[in-house]
Amino acid sequence: MLATEALGVIRGERAVLAGIDLTVEAGEALVLRGPNGAGKSTLLRLLAGLLAPATGRITWDGRPIDEDREAHGRRLRYAGHGDALKFALTAWQNLEFWARFEGTPVTAVDTALDRLGLGALGDLPAGILSAGQKRRLGLARLALAPRPLWLLDEPTVSLDAASVEVLAGLIWEHRAAGGMVVVATHDGLALPNARTFTLEKAA
Amino acid sequence: MTGAFLAILRRDLRLAFAQGGSVGLVIGFFVIAATLFPLAAGPERQELARVAPAVIWIGALLATLLSLDRLFQADLEDGSLDLLMVGGQPGSVVVFAKCMAHWLSTGLPLVVASPLLGILLGLEPASIVMLAKTLALGTPTLSLIGAVGAGLTVGVRRAGILIAVLVLPLYVPVLIFGAGAVNLAGLGLATGPSLALLGAILLVSLPVGTLGAAAALRLAVL
Repeated sequence: MLATEALGVIRGERAVLAGIDLTVEAGEALVLRGPNGAGKSTLLRLLAGLLAPATGRITWDGRPIDEDREAHGRRLRYAGHGDALKFALTAWQNLEFWARFEGTPVTAVDTALDRLGLGALGDLPAGILSAGQKRRLGLARLALAPRPLWLLDEPTVSLDAASVEVLAGLIWEHRAAGGMVVVATHDGLALPNARTFTLEKAA
Repeated sequence: MTGAFLAILRRDLRLAFAQGGSVGLVIGFFVIAATLFPLAAGPERQELARVAPAVIWIGALLATLLSLDRLFQADLEDGSLDLLMVGGQPGSVVVFAKCMAHWLSTGLPLVVASPLLGILLGLEPASIVMLAKTLALGTPTLSLIGAVGAGLTVGVRRAGILIAVLVLPLYVPVLIFGAGAVNLAGLGLATGPSLALLGAILLVSLPVGTLGAAAALRLAVL
């Protein structure tokens, strides 16, 4: 279980987040909502361990995540605004890198590309893919191998309706297998039985 | 951990040698910078041979600097750096792999190209051999120390000049012992101590560079 207690962040002498208490249980989806600048991305970066909180703490099964950052890194998948692609490499090579980096067998690459509808585009340089295809290639990391916690920051940006469906399907399977997901999104990513956590714009 | 190390090494080498990669540019810069010198200083052989070690070594320093600002910047811009830092691997492994790739695609080509420049500038054979040896021992240090500068300035606009100001002073010992050993070899004097010192500097910069750059990146990503 992922939990935060009285989480607060200060950036540039301004409190971006304050007093955030939330929990995510196995199989649960938490949708972060709030206006631009409310701190959704910041909260996701905190949960990923990419940012250190100014106050409060984040725990996984009761233990603070900063006790062992590497172990926390191995249990999560983070998809931020960047798709983490190298344009000079092919789509397949891009995903192959992440598979090798995390120690997932390379055979998972083809399956993951197929899953996101990129099977036929594997040999193309990532640089010539369309914005939506790049996004799908970035999201294909989710399908490489199971990890319990997904942290998704606006994953539907530049995706077409069919791809949003695919993503919703991936998330549903992930949850059915006991995975948890925290997602910041504005538009209609349909997640059944998702809880919503609304962030107010800090004064 | 080894898998992650090799994955980064392979990817960065692929990118460096791919179209638009840095390898050709770096060697081109090195060769042009060193050949400009005789054009400015005049063609007297002895004069040239006397300053050649300094010219080639400074050329190597500047060529290394040229590619440092992209070392982590490219990964920061496309979001890879976040994933590398929360990928469940120690930051120092990530940095070490990137430094190794940087050296293989920058330092090693400089070592290979250096005899050509040595001949061009009229160095004796003994000096040319020593030049390649000192560059082989010294350029890995340049990549490792440079990584700290690149890590500290990641996310800064136009970081290249800032890196130069941060890192060039730290390159001074490598320059002194590197160019110095070539001069000594030209005079037929013992070069052992200089090489030993270059080796010692490399050994110190291994932990300092990897741990230092990893700490700097952690600050930058946070």
